[in-house]
Amino acid sequence: MALQASKIQVGDTHTQKLTDDLSRTQIVQYAGASGDYNPLHTDEIFTKEIANYPTVFAHGMLTMGMTGRMVTDYVGDGRLTAYGVRFTRQVWPGDALTATATVDAVREEDGQSVVDLSVSTVNQDGDVVVMGKATAKIDP
Amino acid sequence: MAAKKFPIEAGHIMMFARAVGDPNPIYHDADAAADTEPGNVIAPPTFYQSSAQYDPDYFLRPKIGEAWFGSGKNPTGVPPKRTGGDGGTGLHAEQRFEYFRHVSPGETLTIKTRPGNTWERQGKRGGKLTFSENITEYFDESGELVVRATGVGVRTEKVVESD
Repeated sequence: MALQASKIQVGDTHTQKLTDDLSRTQIVQYAGASGDYNPLHTDEIFTKEIANYPTVFAHGMLTMGMTGRMVTDYVGDGRLTAYGVRFTRQVWPGDALTATATVDAVREEDGQSVVDLSVSTVNQDGDVVVMGKATAKIDP
Repeated sequence: MAAKKFPIEAGHIMMFARAVGDPNPIYHDADAAADTEPGNVIAPPTFYQSSAQYDPDYFLRPKIGEAWFGSGKNPTGVPPKRTGGDGGTGLHAEQRFEYFRHVSPGETLTIKTRPGNTWERQGKRGGKLTFSENITEYFDESGELVVRATGVGVRTEKVVESD
């Protein structure tokens, strides 16, 4: 079911928990599926000893992909026309992530109802890890 | 160079959706997807990034028979790449997608990439930051643009400290 313009207004929010405890294995899964095998995401020894980070961290695109679930669950399947984020903070194994969409505008474009959303995902400390925008075609 | 052709496959979409933690049947169950508005399995919004799998030269995938910069016997298999100063690294700063249509398994997309803008900024934690855009466009078999992806990479002078 797609979102309906008549049932939402500017300022409405939709929040979804993405994970309680991001596992290293999920990061490995993402490396395998996406093809981004950068050792910074999966190789603790390289990441600590060569790259000088405290531990491996998630691909930004994993956080964006997880956040995308919240967006498509809200607007409906196949409805997105734009989705973009900035990666504002690293996501580490063990992080808990919660994503929120906020309705910025409900408008008509060539007779089609459209919603503009602000999107952000925060970690367990309330720090924003990704923030951005999404636009979707919705029902009247 | 990037991949030139990106075959959209059901198994790849299923694995990608699992990896991003999305249980929506439209990404893995063709029968369930038939009853949805799109009527087919479709690709999740960020799936297009996985076209890297089809890039023969993608530098973040180990190549058969070649040394890899991740750990094996030693913490790195090759001398660390240019990192600029104090171990700084390249990171993904921003990613945007524009969708003209959502694609389904069985399609093969053709990919064209081009560089976008480049700019610099002084960072609070990582020294000087150099940003560069890369634009990737995905076309279907009839030559229609289906997705445009714009990535922004940032290179830092120093390791980014976490709080």
